[in-house]
Amino acid sequence: MTEAPERYVGGGVPRKEDPALVTGRATWTDNIKLPGMLHLSMLRSPYAHAKITSIDVSEAKNQPGVVTVLTGDDLAPEYERNPQDNPAAVTGYGLSLHERPHGGAQVTETADNTDGQPVDEKTRTFVAWIVHDELKIPTHWPVARDEVNFAGDIVAVVVATDRYKAQDALEFIEVDYEPLDVVTDLEAALEEGSPLVHEDLGTNEAYTWDLDNGDVEDAFSRADVTVKERYLQPRLIPNAIETRGVVANPEPTNGGFTVYTSTQVPHILRAVLSSYCGFPEQTLRVVAPDVGGGFGSKLNVYAEEVVALVLARKLGVPVKWVEDRSENYVATIHGRGQIQDIEVAATSEGKILGMRVKLLADMGAYLHLNTPGIPLLGAFMYPGVYTFPAYSFECTGVFTNKTPTDAYRGAGRPEAAYAVERIMEALARETGLDPAEVRRRNFYEPFDEPTDTPAGIQYDSMNMQPALDRVLELADYEGLREEQRRRRENNDPVQLGIGFSTYTEICGLAPSQVLSALGAGGAGWEMAKVQMLASGKVEVITGTTPHGQGHVTSWSQIAADALGVDVDDVEVLHGDTAMAPYGRDTYGSRSLPVGGVAVHMAAQKVVEKAKKIAAHMLEAAEGDIEFEGGKFSVAGSPEQNVSMQDVSGAAYLANNLPEGMEPVLSEECFFDPPNFTFPFGAHICVTEVDTETGFVRIRDYFGVDDCGPIVNPTIVDGQLHGGIAQGIAQALYEEAVYDEDGNLTTGSMVDYLIPGAPELPNYTLDRTVTPSPSNVMGVKGVGEAGTIGSPPAVINSIVDALSLYGITHVDMPASPWKVWQAIQDAQGRDAGTRDADRSGRPSQAPTSADTEGGSTS
Amino acid sequence: MRRIQMTVDGRSHVAEVEPRLLLVHHLRENLGIGGVHVGCNTTSCGACTVHLDGESVKSCTVLAVQADGHEVTTVQGIRENGLWHPMQQAFHEAHGLQCGYCTPGMIMASISLLKEKPEATEEEIREGLEGNLCRCTGYENIVKAVQMAQPHMSGQPAPTS
Repeated sequence: MTEAPERYVGGGVPRKEDPALVTGRATWTDNIKLPGMLHLSMLRSPYAHAKITSIDVSEAKNQPGVVTVLTGDDLAPEYERNPQDNPAAVTGYGLSLHERPHGGAQVTETADNTDGQPVDEKTRTFVAWIVHDELKIPTHWPVARDEVNFAGDIVAVVVATDRYKAQDALEFIEVDYEPLDVVTDLEAALEEGSPLVHEDLGTNEAYTWDLDNGDVEDAFSRADVTVKERYLQPRLIPNAIETRGVVANPEPTNGGFTVYTSTQVPHILRAVLSSYCGFPEQTLRVVAPDVGGGFGSKLNVYAEEVVALVLARKLGVPVKWVEDRSENYVATIHGRGQIQDIEVAATSEGKILGMRVKLLADMGAYLHLNTPGIPLLGAFMYPGVYTFPAYSFECTGVFTNKTPTDAYRGAGRPEAAYAVERIMEALARETGLDPAEVRRRNFYEPFDEPTDTPAGIQYDSMNMQPALDRVLELADYEGLREEQRRRRENNDPVQLGIGFSTYTEICGLAPSQVLSALGAGGAGWEMAKVQMLASGKVEVITGTTPHGQGHVTSWSQIAADALGVDVDDVEVLHGDTAMAPYGRDTYGSRSLPVGGVAVHMAAQKVVEKAKKIAAHMLEAAEGDIEFEGGKFSVAGSPEQNVSMQDVSGAAYLANNLPEGMEPVLSEECFFDPPNFTFPFGAHICVTEVDTETGFVRIRDYFGVDDCGPIVNPTIVDGQLHGGIAQGIAQALYEEAVYDEDGNLTTGSMVDYLIPGAPELPNYTLDRTVTPSPSNVMGVKGVGEAGTIGSPPAVINSIVDALSLYGITHVDMPASPWKVWQAIQDAQGRDAGTRDADRSGRPSQAPTSADTEGGSTS
Repeated sequence: MRRIQMTVDGRSHVAEVEPRLLLVHHLRENLGIGGVHVGCNTTSCGACTVHLDGESVKSCTVLAVQADGHEVTTVQGIRENGLWHPMQQAFHEAHGLQCGYCTPGMIMASISLLKEKPEATEEEIREGLEGNLCRCTGYENIVKAVQMAQPHMSGQPAPTS
């Protein structure tokens, strides 16, 4: 047995996940091959909006290797073959999804209802976050039936003996479409007379949700200074490098099914598939094998998962579907896509009095699992790290004929952080204060207990000043300003920009009651089970589902420290509902502050029980037993001791346990935290902007982040690197662009610019440590922090560089063209190329002239 | 169907394939090499990078028949004397991977890069890996991994494994 270990938490333990990954031995969904397995291929609509007038699959069915071809009508009876088996499945978001009221509410005349009888107001949908009683919920068939609503909607499914043959047969399906008018623009979609994505809903407005706290009108009437700006959040495409894929396999032993799928949420998926397809939940097993990135895009329940499962049931054989990258661009959810109007009232000293925020949020064509809720994760975060008395927020969700949106890394909070951190710059300009100073004047006094915020929630802890001071020092702020002055004086064609972001975010989802109040049902807890095996080794079972975050390593560290065992004696099992029937999975930077803490608490329960057994073994009183370094000893006589392994052996053999005690050391914990966690930080982005070409180079990126005590610094830094990189990608490179017919014109990795190694900088990081009162470890989530903090730092930096031209705003992504055009516009030159470049841009993206500086009043 | 022969990770394989079959699918589906990944099918992401006669290629844009008579090396065939290749070791030690899906391609591209430019600077490493996308790491630790492997790339096995 191994020696008493050092403390692991806080150390950069090398990742246990790596050996399989660096040697090519991981199990991705596409690596799963089962005997007799058939392959699916999806025919997708080329139209963004059309009636399907006919589908002829007869020729496709006769192609070599084709087993069958099914349309939406063929599949409709398959989804819910035995609903009586599952009359009211609880999905963790409330009752079964197909019991949702139809959002159209008052459908009085449809083809099925010519006699004016009330129609069945239940509808088929994937949405689970009912943000509002009046939420309009469109019918969402996994395979379209009468109408397609975005380019990429599935219209038919080929089942064949291999993937090439399945793909070949798609060309032989004949579909007649009657094209309908398309709407892609958020503002146009709300205008009277706009084409309607869903005619039966009578509107493109999915919902309007608002929040008021304090007297905003009064704040604005008292203000010396008001600033008002409009910002655009481009639609983004998550682009996990592993696309989605699913294998559904019949299990003859119990008549059930196993679904292997590249998902972040096997537990949610199990509940939802059970509900959606009428499967008894106990016969459905969902496995997330190795998952190649998610970023929110695999936090969902997708049509292809439903189709694979019901076809495995119908055909009685395993079926597999793997997404092509071109499919991934249209068929996997997108993120962001908002128009933000934000207004701040302040004193002449830069002290904020109030804030108004009004959003339009692009839902796309349907509501996916969390679509309407995503902007509301931001609703509470627009006030950011600043305290002031009055805040109002309103968000309108809008249907468009585009791929549905949902969670993408940060989900609502990057949007909020961007808007507030951009308008702080406007406030700095308007008040003549340094951007660092105007922030400082509005910070909270440090606190480490829950504290009220302008949005009416409570932050857990915050201490901004040290983070800001440290990042100023790291970056040599004064030196940078000096270099900037020099370059300006010398008319250097390459100008220096210094951009700030002081951010916080809401993560660690989280308290069940709060999630419920927000319409997301509840079930924000997480499960962990810690068990000592016969050999004295340890198994940790977690309900979290890592896909790159290193939970196996971090949870091993937590358990090893709590139990006093070697980190290599711990195995962490995850991602399989047969192993962990309970779990709430991985998203919203929740895994450590909820799931990791649950591991710690379960391990503590093991120690508590072991202590009783140790006392029995040592013939001492339990109160005299001390536990340190994996050994239980009698206080005052350390030579009288037993190891954790000795105790676990005794507990296993169970031949000499205290009276009435159950055998073995195996304890579970379900942790439902009292609050979210709120990591925070201060970032500085240093850019070099070539004023002759508009090219922006990020020279340095400095970040000081506070996510509480660190379990594994190597992993935490890695999360920050990747998060910052994705934020930079949003700020400089990425945008899903649609033409007016609803075609995605950036539908490949050639057209959608994912940054590579040459485009990204090194990251200079440091941290402060403010423990969270939300859990016993004091830890906070970190998975999204970088993505939330970085976009405003980048844009603020570019605008700072260009401020010598009087430029006050450049929209994301700040392409060389946009930057160069802004310079031309500012100098009153007509470059004459604007239309050429902007063709195909969504009309909600105004030209730089429209947004120059936002409008400052 | 076409009869082809290729040596993959040191073993000779003969197969009958359709002329249109991509090398990546031949490796994955016919030869069961799950360590070669498909990320995009359009030569953009590099997850499928392997060595063809010692040079890195993206196996999603090579036809299996084009590899007829040639030697293919994948991430599953680069161990040296039973130990990890120095580049595998370096990716592990530098935390140059998170989800790990781009990693086999990234490792193969990095080995090829250092073979061509053993003394590559940071900038040259970044440029050299331009064709391999990673969505998790932000690249800094990948670059560090390649730099860490540099002194060990003379055919010597990694210091530890």
